[in-house]
Amino acid sequence: MHPAFSVIFLTTLIGAGQGLFLALVTGQLYSLANLLQPQDSLSFYATGSFLSLLFLVVGLLASFFHLGHPERAWRSAARWRTSWLSREVIVLPLFMLLVAAYAAVHYSGLTGSLFVLQDVIEVDASLLLGILGAVAAFALYICTAMIYAGIKFIEEWHSPLTVINFTLFGLASGFMLAAAFSAWKGVDLVGFYSSWAVVFTVMAAVSRSLSLRRNSHLVHKSTLQTAIGIRHKGIVQNTQGFMGGSFNTREFFHGASENTLRLVYWFFLGMVFVLPVLLLGASYWLASPYLPVAAFAVQYLGLMAERWYFFAEARHPQNLYYQSMA
Amino acid sequence: MTQLALVIDLNVCVGCHACVTSCKEWNTSGWAGPLTDHRPYDRDPTGTFFNRVQTFEVGEFPKTETVHFPKSCLHCEEPPCVPVCPTGASYKRKDNGVVLVDYDKCIGCKYCSWACPYGMRELDEYQKVMKKCTLCIDRISNDALPEAERKPACVLACPTSARLFGDVHDPDSEVSMAIREQGGYQLMPEWGTQPANHYLPRRKTCIQIFEDELERADNPLRKEAPLPAAEGETLDDVSF
Repeated sequence: MHPAFSVIFLTTLIGAGQGLFLALVTGQLYSLANLLQPQDSLSFYATGSFLSLLFLVVGLLASFFHLGHPERAWRSAARWRTSWLSREVIVLPLFMLLVAAYAAVHYSGLTGSLFVLQDVIEVDASLLLGILGAVAAFALYICTAMIYAGIKFIEEWHSPLTVINFTLFGLASGFMLAAAFSAWKGVDLVGFYSSWAVVFTVMAAVSRSLSLRRNSHLVHKSTLQTAIGIRHKGIVQNTQGFMGGSFNTREFFHGASENTLRLVYWFFLGMVFVLPVLLLGASYWLASPYLPVAAFAVQYLGLMAERWYFFAEARHPQNLYYQSMA
Repeated sequence: MTQLALVIDLNVCVGCHACVTSCKEWNTSGWAGPLTDHRPYDRDPTGTFFNRVQTFEVGEFPKTETVHFPKSCLHCEEPPCVPVCPTGASYKRKDNGVVLVDYDKCIGCKYCSWACPYGMRELDEYQKVMKKCTLCIDRISNDALPEAERKPACVLACPTSARLFGDVHDPDSEVSMAIREQGGYQLMPEWGTQPANHYLPRRKTCIQIFEDELERADNPLRKEAPLPAAEGETLDDVSF
């Protein structure tokens, strides 16, 4: 498949935005259980969720560049019963609304206790919105990933591993971003978020290597024989029906050389899984506020390369009809 | 229920591209148009087509066959491109089973083209909407046309009658009989999309001839050998 930068930006940016919001809510839950120091509403939670919202908005803007008619984008909420894309279009603004409400509640200090659960847990508006937002964040991971995993013809994507990968990559980059944000703000949560970021990065490394392994051994269902219905081992295509290319040769082929593909492969393995963990480890010893920021930046760049590779490694069965490209 | 479809006879197709050009001519100026072109008279011309003809060579010389393979939307009975459309712009008509795109609703997200295993949909680079074969819906459902012309442009244009058009759900239709009697098959049956369009395979016409059917047993030119007449009547004596 042809990797479109609009979609690469969309999936990586909202993934990190969702992860950052989940990290903030996790921090709030930990402090509720007195496992962490409670943080300042305004400077930490409100600013953090604004940052998350910024990632979501930029991601959403990027997605518009994928559309031929962005002015009609509102129509795409219509078929939520059957289309995962439609479901994403509904869940993303809903999640953004919850993040904005969460930010607003923290910003305006409306964090007074609403009621007390079992005489211990003081429930406030931000906690309710946080939990609702967390549910929406996970729903959004599923919707985004199912857009790809739901197409059974693209067998590289048609696997539960796609959903797991999208979720874990989002969580890893989001917690990494939370660590960077905490380090930048000088908040004493860098260690907490860093450890979770490392945990998610390692989990993502396991699930992504499983999917890479699966894809390298994949035997495609369709062959040139079933594509044109002729039972013979030796079929050669003489003409494709045109000379100057078509939508079929532009949309479904990445057009990069084998060497570029290898390069991107090793680049994203290093940038997503190895370097950020090393940088976080170094920041633990050096206590530098810049290293977690660098770790997030490195991982985000790596994730863009990962998403590019995710598209490039997918082979659409229609490519069988374009043998000179395939 | 009616399911209109094409049956394409690969045994007859000569790869002349008349279906391609007549399709483009009709549809670029019709209901589904325009089918825009990019650099039409320049290097690397490209553009939107509903129908293409590809050519494959099967086997190795001297046992080779050239197969011309016309390729257009198969109007699947279970079209995978329809449920994925987020806006409902892609739909399958209930009355005749034709899969169509509502250009006014299409947002150009290309998701339907990803969900078609055959690659039969093309995004128009100028109009920025998804386009595909309509089975000439504006011809076949146009009562103002004489009935003989209520057929897709490609079918009318084909000089060898390699393209048949009709209802594949009616067992007595020309297309159903062709599928049944001449080994019609579907493309990529492994995906369960149930394409309505069928292809008829290449067929070899063979007759079996025995030696004695080529040469008369009492051939008078064979002077050296005694005539078999001495041994009684032969088959040639009693038949003509």
